[in-house]
Amino acid sequence: MTNSSTTLGTGTSTLRPPDRDRQAQGGAPLCVEPTIYELSSPGRTGVTFPDPDVPRAELPESMLRAELPLPELAEVDVVRHYMHLSRFNYSVDGGFYPLGSCTMKYNPKINEDTARLPGFAFTHPLQPVETVQGNLALMYQLQEWLKEISGFAAVTLQPAAGAHGELTGVLIMRAYHRDRGDAKRVKMLIPDSAHGTNPASSGMSGLEVVQIPSDPRGNVDLAALEAACDETVVGLMLTNPNTLGLFDEHVEEVVKIVHECGGLVYGDGANLNALLGVLRPGDVGIDVMHFNLHKTFSTPHGGGGPGSGPVGVAARLAEFLPAPIVGVIEEGEEDLPPLFGFVTPKKTIGRLKAFHGHFGMLVRAYTYIAMHGADGLRQVAEYSVLNANYLKARLKGVYTVPFDRICMHEFVAEGKVEGSDVKALDIAKRLMDYDFHPPTNYFPLIVHEALMIEPTETENKDTLDRFADALIKIAEEAKTDPALLHSAPHALTGAGKTPFGRMDEVKAARELVLCCWLPEKYSEQ
Amino acid sequence: MNYIPISPKERDAMLATIGVKSMEELFRDVPKKHRFPKLDLPPALTEMEVAAELNELALGNENIRTDLVSFLGAGAYNHYIPAVVDHILRRGEFYTAYTPYQPEISQGTLQAIFEYQSLIAALTSMEVSNASHYDGATAVAESVNMAYAQFRGKRTKVVISPAVHPQYRETLRTYVQGMDLTLAGDDPETVSSEQLSVNSLEALVDENTALVIVQYPDFFGRIYDYTALIEAAHAAGALVCVAANPTALALFKTPGEMGADMVVGEGQPLGIPLSYGGPYLGFFTTRKQYIHKMAGRLVGETVDNRGQRAYVLTLTAREQHIKRERATSNICTNQGLMALASAVYMSLLGQTGLRQVAELCYHKAHYAAKNISKIKGYSLCFDTPFFHEFSVCCPQPVEAINDHLLEHGILGGYDLGRDYPSLKDHMLIAVTEMNTKDEIDALVDALAEVNHD
Repeated sequence: MTNSSTTLGTGTSTLRPPDRDRQAQGGAPLCVEPTIYELSSPGRTGVTFPDPDVPRAELPESMLRAELPLPELAEVDVVRHYMHLSRFNYSVDGGFYPLGSCTMKYNPKINEDTARLPGFAFTHPLQPVETVQGNLALMYQLQEWLKEISGFAAVTLQPAAGAHGELTGVLIMRAYHRDRGDAKRVKMLIPDSAHGTNPASSGMSGLEVVQIPSDPRGNVDLAALEAACDETVVGLMLTNPNTLGLFDEHVEEVVKIVHECGGLVYGDGANLNALLGVLRPGDVGIDVMHFNLHKTFSTPHGGGGPGSGPVGVAARLAEFLPAPIVGVIEEGEEDLPPLFGFVTPKKTIGRLKAFHGHFGMLVRAYTYIAMHGADGLRQVAEYSVLNANYLKARLKGVYTVPFDRICMHEFVAEGKVEGSDVKALDIAKRLMDYDFHPPTNYFPLIVHEALMIEPTETENKDTLDRFADALIKIAEEAKTDPALLHSAPHALTGAGKTPFGRMDEVKAARELVLCCWLPEKYSEQ
Repeated sequence: MNYIPISPKERDAMLATIGVKSMEELFRDVPKKHRFPKLDLPPALTEMEVAAELNELALGNENIRTDLVSFLGAGAYNHYIPAVVDHILRRGEFYTAYTPYQPEISQGTLQAIFEYQSLIAALTSMEVSNASHYDGATAVAESVNMAYAQFRGKRTKVVISPAVHPQYRETLRTYVQGMDLTLAGDDPETVSSEQLSVNSLEALVDENTALVIVQYPDFFGRIYDYTALIEAAHAAGALVCVAANPTALALFKTPGEMGADMVVGEGQPLGIPLSYGGPYLGFFTTRKQYIHKMAGRLVGETVDNRGQRAYVLTLTAREQHIKRERATSNICTNQGLMALASAVYMSLLGQTGLRQVAELCYHKAHYAAKNISKIKGYSLCFDTPFFHEFSVCCPQPVEAINDHLLEHGILGGYDLGRDYPSLKDHMLIAVTEMNTKDEIDALVDALAEVNHD
């Protein structure tokens, strides 16, 4: 087969000879699926466009690029390549994905259809508002629903992801204090069980992070919190239920302590799935919170994004929201619907990204909420908590569950087995042999060898039982045949099984091959 | 309608295993007075009903496929997306997967991102691409985070051209408000159209400058060779970030060739639907020497224990879940599925197809510009070379002209006066391969009518 990249040279850093060559040289890695560059053959193309129907204009010679080193493939080559790659992925459509903190629930198919309706997909973000009233009505309604679900006074849909929502929230808190002339507040209090994005968002906003320990029941340690609260505190970033899957038993007290020192409370909405129709965070005094539409409201994770991270705020923070948000710019009359448009909050922190947020994700979340209604959303929370507690009950006694209380939508077990040297990582990898995606491991940091399990509400009892059975069997294997775990996953064939074993992560970081070809060598072709 | 696959009998059995009598008991830690609020939401719909409702909302828009002919760009462009792209995107194996933290069962996503990184590096002539950011605006903002980290906060000035997209500049201002940084050049109110040139930036660069940011083509569609500016910035020890349009890079000299340290931009033109502004794709490239300060995920090649070539997320020690408050950025997700879309698009079009698209845009835009400039009262604002977007000085306020165009089913260009007071009555017009000669002629006719009013 002709290969456009075979003549790219044999450099040692980024540039690698294609695998077939390396194999010929001996000792080189086997190639399971060639890269798109290795599949390229000069002269092929996957799509053609019409000839210009206007006279050709003169091109500015001095400004043209000499070569465009993109691969050349036919349509069928491209389709087969990506089809092959897709088979190497585990997915929610393919199986159980009990990834703690990630809420890998089923992604309804109707959402994909509604988001692609031509009326939505073919609208330009800068069209006059009169021509996009459908989009704006949807966004306005979604803002209203999110307010109702969370108990906040105002919502922005602009942030692109949870971490982006956090940055938004932290900047709002900072702006609120500065607006009151209180610029000495520079500290953000963050419990030791928090997601890494919490301190990173605070760091990006120029704030100093103070860590607050957890008490023996997994709640925020009230004495430590009280000691840390003073007139330099911007606020507290609270994840509730926390990353141990526990609802903070003193949440109202925590909020009160922070408020008393003049601080604000940020709610990390990553775990909102457990609270739908159960508790509105705004009702217990949380001041600002981000939603993860890709967790709680079923928009797909897409292999790492796009997410969507709207932010809700209490009334006193509404005027600091990012601009613009959707509002009614002309009230409706009897037979006339209102005119929706964009409004700029008075003391806005500014814009967080171009245009209006991940609109396609907003359509999916709207679809999901409309289909659930109030009762449906409460069932989501109830069954997600039921499933987590059921799994916890089945695994208790086999794996240690620190902080053994009724959990919410997830729980954390210790990934170790008495009398065996296996680690959480080994258990996680062995689960792949049983055709399950592993739980989140080594997080939260406060639990040794953590396995963080979140089943979500969209799994049936049979799946949960099979998963529990597998984990129990693995605990036995850990004692009788630990090598089986150390070397997992194993070469297995059949649908859904991975053809790949454990990775050499050190080699990846040391050699840093980040690209299948080296730009500066391309011209030698 | 919900998606819960548990029968009442199974539920009861599970409650018994847990050792509680009711669902309510599972929520005893939740403060009683706030527990189980009555949510005021509309009654639940079935799939059939929701499909109808959403269809109704979608029909409440005038879309640019069937209702309007668009000449609007300004950062989001109407391009043809071959059918293959969405067919690949709709594979559940891709779109319902999580971030590839478990590489043994995520090689599909990992290799696709590795190839995306390769394709973007090729397009920009840069050494390293990360796995993507949220959009073009946030990619620009992240370039500042990276430069700030590179100089360990010791250089505190960022020079940004006023000809960078106004919303990117707004986003940047938001991002830096907690940082000890000053922005120079970011002042559209004081510049006249003549001053919106590349030369005025050089004077702003000094020993305290961490980063210089320009756009290519710039917001007004103009193409400049930034080589001299980049050399001047480097002479002062500063880094340079160029925000580029990826379609233009198929045809024109790349910022990588000009010596840029970072080339970033909005990847939407590479096979991603307009979708009212998102989700899009922020691409981010740099040179290898800066890689440890780059934010975002990165996929690298390695081998597995079976001797097979494979891919993993690498250099994760840079990221928030390890470095926490000391990370360059808090970014957690990338735009995985959008990166996949652009990889499929670039693979499918290849060098021939992408160049063809870029040339079609160029020829059609120049045909439109030539004919518009012939209408009495209209003229091109700049004589700099341009790609597929150009600024027109109009005889009347842009809003009035656009109202008239809309009556003819035409979505007119962007009103530059909204962001640049000195460019009142200036319209930014975008033409892509999607616009036929007939549509362009209709635009010219409609514009001519306005002048006669």
